Amino acid sequence: MKSLLTILLTLCIPLLTFSQSTNGKVSQGASIQLAIDSAAPGDTLFIRAGKYLENNLLIQKPLTLIGLDYPTIDADGKGEIFIVAGKDVTIQGFKLINTGRSSVEDLAAIKGLDAHDITIRDNRFDNTFFAIHLSNTNRALIQNNHLKAEAEHEYQLGNGIHLWKCKRARILDNEVSGHRDGIYFEFVTNSTIERNQSVGNMRYGLHFMFSNENEYLENTFKNNGAGVAVMYSHGMKMRHNNFEDNWGTASYGLLLKDMRDSQIIGNRFTGNTIGIYMESTSRSTFEDNLFKQNGWGVKLQASCDDNSFSKNNFIANTFDFSTNGSLVLNKVNGNYWEKYQGYDLNKDGVGDVPFHPVSMFSVIVEKVPSAMMIYRSMLVTMLDKAEKVIPAMTPENLKDNCPSMKPYDLYRKSK
Amino acid sequence: MTRIIKYILFDMLRTRFILLYLGFLLLSTISMFMLDGDNAKVVLSLLNIVLLVVPLVSVIFTTIHFYNSYEFMEMMLSQPINRKTVFLSQYLAVILALSLALLVGVGLPIFLYGASGSALTLLYASLMLTFVFVSLAFLAAVFTRDKAKAIGVGLLFWFYFALIYDALLLWVVYQFADYPIERATLAMISFNPVDLARILMLLQLDISALMGYTGAFYKEFFGSNMGFVYSTAILLLWTLIPVTWSMRIFKRKDL
Amino acid sequence: MISIGKVNKKFGKFTVLNDLTLELELGKSYALIGPNGSGKTTLIKTILGLVIPTSGDITIQDKSILKEWAYREKIGYMPQIGRYPENMTIGQVFEMIKNIRKHTGALDEELIQSFELEKMYGKRMHTLSGGTRQKVSAALAFLFNPPILILDEPTAGLDPVSVEILKDKILKEKESGKLVIITSHIMSDLDDLTTDLVYLFEGDLIYNDSIKNLKKETGETKLGKAISCLITQNKCLTELITS
Repeated sequence: MKSLLTILLTLCIPLLTFSQSTNGKVSQGASIQLAIDSAAPGDTLFIRAGKYLENNLLIQKPLTLIGLDYPTIDADGKGEIFIVAGKDVTIQGFKLINTGRSSVEDLAAIKGLDAHDITIRDNRFDNTFFAIHLSNTNRALIQNNHLKAEAEHEYQLGNGIHLWKCKRARILDNEVSGHRDGIYFEFVTNSTIERNQSVGNMRYGLHFMFSNENEYLENTFKNNGAGVAVMYSHGMKMRHNNFEDNWGTASYGLLLKDMRDSQIIGNRFTGNTIGIYMESTSRSTFEDNLFKQNGWGVKLQASCDDNSFSKNNFIANTFDFSTNGSLVLNKVNGNYWEKYQGYDLNKDGVGDVPFHPVSMFSVIVEKVPSAMMIYRSMLVTMLDKAEKVIPAMTPENLKDNCPSMKPYDLYRKSK
Repeated sequence: MTRIIKYILFDMLRTRFILLYLGFLLLSTISMFMLDGDNAKVVLSLLNIVLLVVPLVSVIFTTIHFYNSYEFMEMMLSQPINRKTVFLSQYLAVILALSLALLVGVGLPIFLYGASGSALTLLYASLMLTFVFVSLAFLAAVFTRDKAKAIGVGLLFWFYFALIYDALLLWVVYQFADYPIERATLAMISFNPVDLARILMLLQLDISALMGYTGAFYKEFFGSNMGFVYSTAILLLWTLIPVTWSMRIFKRKDL
Repeated sequence: MISIGKVNKKFGKFTVLNDLTLELELGKSYALIGPNGSGKTTLIKTILGLVIPTSGDITIQDKSILKEWAYREKIGYMPQIGRYPENMTIGQVFEMIKNIRKHTGALDEELIQSFELEKMYGKRMHTLSGGTRQKVSAALAFLFNPPILILDEPTAGLDPVSVEILKDKILKEKESGKLVIITSHIMSDLDDLTTDLVYLFEGDLIYNDSIKNLKKETGETKLGKAISCLITQNKCLTELITS
């Protein structure tokens, strides 16, 4: 009798586990944590639509969690939602809301610790402190998620996608808004950020600290405190991104600080207070970028050296270029400047007289910001004209020796 | 009153002065659009002309017209009609004539070549400037019987507002660079109608740079519609105060 | 009709009308004369409301005219130099004034006809000669059949034929019982047209009586002579006072 039971059981267990690993479904009212705990490594759990009031769901084995019709997991302001501390976990199709907030801990909707090869896909995050927070995690894939947060003050917000000490992460097609930093990288290398929308975040749309050899492409950064900040990093590739309408006191499309050996190519900077603000940046290439209707196209601090600007279009910016020193160690050659009024006698498409992109009034405004109020008055026009004839305040050796007569066709190039 | 305005206006629209002004505006606007396809650049070049020429023409035309109409106004006032009506018909007719010249000379090309927000703002700002400087010129004209003196005073107004004032402002701003002088600067701007009209344009063309200001005050001022509303309101004051003042003088004036 | 009571007018320190008191009556025709700067034009302008008296009052039919304007429908005024908007046609000027007047009674277009202005209705004011402009001014003054006519140098600049036409018209209106005030330097004209004399000198009213009496007093038959006599008398008087 006892042996019969054992046989039956041994027959049933594989059946049970089989059914769990392929069809394990969780419905509203049931516990997701229980289902996770009872699942075997490699199992797939389907969570049905509904509302689940759970938090701190701990996953320590390879597991695939798939939400059907966006089940909502509500942490009700307490702690985190998923804590992943194992490899090969996939979290897909959930709506994750209301994590706790803390000034001590980085509470997140999905927290990954050593969660190598984690996939986070098609999820919606609402009112989370941090949405996705990964540490020490390699080869993460974060794709097609919508992240939204709201708060009045910066300290009430965490970052949308926060990576610390990660390698080879791929962050694709996400939409992040209302966080502190939309995407934050610290000690992250060899990673790709592509086709994301980072809009209306309080600090930066995308923020790199001590993160080298990363690339970000075709992203849009709009209405953030500042678009992208790259600090203490090198070997970065920044291509074909849109930096739009990042307005404010210290608001930049792109902020570069202590960065070197990088490429900034084919980006569009439109309507930002400052297109690119750079200090202590060296050996970097700025090419094929469009600077349009920014307050300042490029603000280059004197601490930068050996950078090269060419084939960029500067159109309808209040000030194209400004700098705070007279010594200039950067090359600015062969750009299109809409403000250029020179001529081209030999018709080779290159202006015959050099262009000085730093206007006198930009120097004045640099010293006395309130002077901006008389910009475009007759007085200022006259002063600028006079300065063009006899340069006194502007750095004389910052000049474009071969300014293009026509704007470069950047749109075609980026295709 | 509308009939009188109509008669005076039709008379004015035939004067060489208005026709020349119209021609000048039309020619410069169209040629700028032809030389440069880029709307934004045309607006910039036009801005320089507008800030300079519109106040100047408004002052000179108004003064000349006022003195040329002196005997006619006497004649009208020997009829059963009150002074307010005569004054306002003259004033409104001048405003209408100059505004029409602007609307046709600048507005028409703008609409033909594509009306952008900044181009329309330019038109708006230049109309505002016309109102203000016509009012100021009327004030100068009712104060003195001497035509040359009135033109002189008008030109002084113009030169002061177009150039001198900004130089003073720049000097003050430089002197007090280390102090929070945002409100003071704005207050000073309010005392110059040309600057106010310019601010309207800055809000269109340089909003990205203006938003770079430190301090919440400017941010609030420029970031919302407040800058536009404020400038318009003060420009209207600049129009209404001189015109009511000059009307009061005109009512008691010995002709 | 018009009663001027203690009117003073000062331009700065300069007194133009000095305590002037004067009654002007319907049916009489007044020659308003005096040397240049004696205050003739100022007096006319004061009656028209163009100049506001420093003190004193003017009434027309016992109603003060100060701060009023509707009373001017009773006045037809012909200025010394009529200037009109340059690009307006004669027709438009008439239209406009008619529009201002809003006159309901019959129009007196006699002068328009006798000056043959209708033919020139399409002409612009700046193309007209001074004489033609005077004709327009004259026609306008009489057009609305006002009880008071104020004519400032009406015959200046007119050709002899037109002068006669205008003088006939003035006489006719005077006889129909209107109050006419004329200033002129042409004494013979005044002799024909006026019944009374108002003589101003440096803002003072020197003489105000009928011309008949003046001639009687001075023993002259011509107005011109009579007036020069008056002036010399006046001079002797002032000399007497000052010494």
